[in-house]
Amino acid sequence: MGKKITVDPITRIEGHLRIDVEVEGGKVVNAWASAQMWRGVEVILKGRDPREAWAFTQRICGVCTTVHAIASVRCVENALGMEIPLNAQYVRNIILCAHGMHDHMVHFYHLSALDWVDILSALKADPKKTAELAQSISDWEGNSVTYFENIQKTLKKFVESGQIGPFRNGYWGHPQMKLPPEVNLLAVAHYLTALDYQYKADQVVAILGGKNPHIQTVTVGGIALAINPDSPDAFNMERIAYIRELLLAVKEFTQKVYLNDVIAIGCLYKDWFGIGRGVTNYLAVPDLPLDTKGTRFDLPGGTIFNGDLKSYTPIKSFNDPYFRDNVAESVAHSWYEDVGVRHPWKGETIPNYTGFNYNGKYSWAKAPRFKGEPMQVGPLAQVLMGIASNHPLTMKWVNYAINKAKTLGVNLGVDDLHSTMGRHLARAIRAAMLADLALKHLELLEKNIAKGDYSIWNEVKFPKREIRGFGFHEAPRGTLSHWIVIKNGKIKNYQCVVPSTWNVSPRCEKGKLGPYEASLIDNPVVEPEKPLEVLRTIHSFDPCIACAVHIMDTRGKEIKRVKVL
Amino acid sequence: MLSFKELSRRDFLKICTIVTATMGLPATMIDKVSAALRGKKPTVVWLQFMECTGCTESLLRADHPPLGRFLLEIVNLEYHETLMPAAGKQAEEVLHDVVKREKGKYICVVEGAVSKKDGGVYCQIGGKPAIEILKEVGNKAALVIAMGTCASFGGLQAAHPNPTGAVGVWDVILRDKVINIPGCPPNPYNFLATVGYILTFGKLPELDDYRRPKFAYGRLIHDHCERRGHFDSGRFAERFGDEGHRKGYCLYKLGCKGPATYSNCPSKRFCGVDVWPVSAGHPCIGCTEPNFWDNLTPIYKPIGETEE
Repeated sequence: MGKKITVDPITRIEGHLRIDVEVEGGKVVNAWASAQMWRGVEVILKGRDPREAWAFTQRICGVCTTVHAIASVRCVENALGMEIPLNAQYVRNIILCAHGMHDHMVHFYHLSALDWVDILSALKADPKKTAELAQSISDWEGNSVTYFENIQKTLKKFVESGQIGPFRNGYWGHPQMKLPPEVNLLAVAHYLTALDYQYKADQVVAILGGKNPHIQTVTVGGIALAINPDSPDAFNMERIAYIRELLLAVKEFTQKVYLNDVIAIGCLYKDWFGIGRGVTNYLAVPDLPLDTKGTRFDLPGGTIFNGDLKSYTPIKSFNDPYFRDNVAESVAHSWYEDVGVRHPWKGETIPNYTGFNYNGKYSWAKAPRFKGEPMQVGPLAQVLMGIASNHPLTMKWVNYAINKAKTLGVNLGVDDLHSTMGRHLARAIRAAMLADLALKHLELLEKNIAKGDYSIWNEVKFPKREIRGFGFHEAPRGTLSHWIVIKNGKIKNYQCVVPSTWNVSPRCEKGKLGPYEASLIDNPVVEPEKPLEVLRTIHSFDPCIACAVHIMDTRGKEIKRVKVL
Repeated sequence: MLSFKELSRRDFLKICTIVTATMGLPATMIDKVSAALRGKKPTVVWLQFMECTGCTESLLRADHPPLGRFLLEIVNLEYHETLMPAAGKQAEEVLHDVVKREKGKYICVVEGAVSKKDGGVYCQIGGKPAIEILKEVGNKAALVIAMGTCASFGGLQAAHPNPTGAVGVWDVILRDKVINIPGCPPNPYNFLATVGYILTFGKLPELDDYRRPKFAYGRLIHDHCERRGHFDSGRFAERFGDEGHRKGYCLYKLGCKGPATYSNCPSKRFCGVDVWPVSAGHPCIGCTEPNFWDNLTPIYKPIGETEE
């Protein structure tokens, strides 16, 4: 009988997550992922105007800001069968790319790096050797000796003050920390510098979105960003130029620092390409639409089952029935009344908290399934779709990563990506792709405006009859979908199936483990009192638990009954 | 770069006493905060409850001070679940230690609402309901800053019909002890400058009836909006993308809630790129106001016609 360990709170994520693992013989033999918060927004949208759902749903998450706004307006547009102007598509696309780069970068450095990097060890590093090492990995101009010396001085002063802020009680000195002091100093330096570059990416989103976090220019029918090169108070050439400069700077850091750091740290922890495999069914949706209808995209989407790239089936358009008809959610192990497995348009959400039960219900998250199977979503899923479909931009950066790893003495293959470290690497690869795509879509926007097309919005009119729609978006954490039923121009049902719901999913009615749970099986746990390895695998998914918990009621039912044990 | 003045202790306390007496605040509160400043960074504990983390994220969109300097040089942020390497037991140990060691002296920042219903099962951390954590950590703090509309007034989850009984901090903690920094999320400078104000001047900023600092929330958006001239002259955008919209005319007819909203968005703007929703072309939704999700919606209905 193994020893049960509860880790609550899991920190350096978004939201409230509890992880339980059973450890036997130094390895995880069973696992439970539990979302610990439910906000009950479920009845809140009922009866409201679909045109403002985006504002409410965006507040599902402020780390994944922008994404719920985009998915929401898409599901209403889908219900109305409407197209949006090209300028609106391009603006939404640039927002996706810029926000994605910010989010992936922050995830690696500020949320994950401290699982692998020992801050205290950085104090022992030789700044000269650090600079040599950094320059051997990357040609980024910032990796000078002075740069590392100054960071080390700042770190020393900080630690000597005795007040080390949030860095208390970290896993410094844990036996699983394996990086030499120079790599630790390199990582700490880039952790600090990354704060400046993620800010630039945020600024791009703000210029297009009116503010950040929580943009306010995405709206049903297109965008509210007024475009007019000849007006002092509209989106004009100065704004375009500002975005371009910011994107160029972020691209430098993303491709030369972030991606190379992940490759280097991955190679030094190469065992972790063999840990955390879990669910090898993958789901991603295509995004960055190139037309007004959503039939051609710059990011690939589809499904892969059992890790077999030959099983790749694409998702082809905003109306693809392959996606629409195969999504369902189970509540068998979730704190809701059992209503059976339901398609989002028919789902019900009646909360019923009955306490944590390892063999019963143990999470506020529902269990989404695609054709009855658990699916892993996230950058890894999208990168695998790109490999499976020979998507040129994906292959460019996948090959770059493989070749760079080779120069560092590690032979990586596609199969290694099904792992904890593989998820980190795929995320960095995706960020590098987004850096290229952001500039491409800025140019597309510019050229379209140059043609004299200033249109941003199409008129929205709701019929009295009942209409249904779904909208998807490939968010930084994976496949996001919103599902809506509208009657008489008011919301009758609304449901979100969010990437972290797919990943944090508890067991379904068939008892199949969700991706976090499955990935924890066989993870080593060297010190049960300090389960750093559990954090490593969980963080590789980039959890967002405010997102994960199913918060939209599809029938607007009042809560009937809540049992508290 | 924030700094605090090296006043003589007598002068410093004189100022504190005068101000606290004027504001009707318990004199001991400021003493406790100022005592923490003697050569050391003030300790801050940041709690997160029913929230989306957007308020924390807003600090990543600030450059004066930037988050790096804020954490390394300005405050001793000892507990923050989004940032801290410690997890599970290691994280709980930190929280218990700080609350004990710095009892009565630390600043508690709260992000997110708490649930009053059903024993608080809708939001638990380390097995404890959020409301219990808030009571313990908030009551032992010198001062509680409610960061964002959720912590200030309940926020999104408190919108009708508020299924979890979500409330803001000041419904749980003594109001005199709470400063509200609403917004969804707020401009980070509203929070950062409030902290700077307290550390530099040794007193609380002037607050309005909703406990919001007047330097940020003291003026209606309508009264310092760059498009007010268009409003006064009857020049309006009627739909997104029309001629008036492209010319930057007033967004009143598209539903702008600026006339009912106290905030500094038109003057401070966001992210250092000189934008706010109205300047980009979308009406204000009133996100610094209590219950704006119900009182100031529908978003696209002009304010004269909005139902209460």
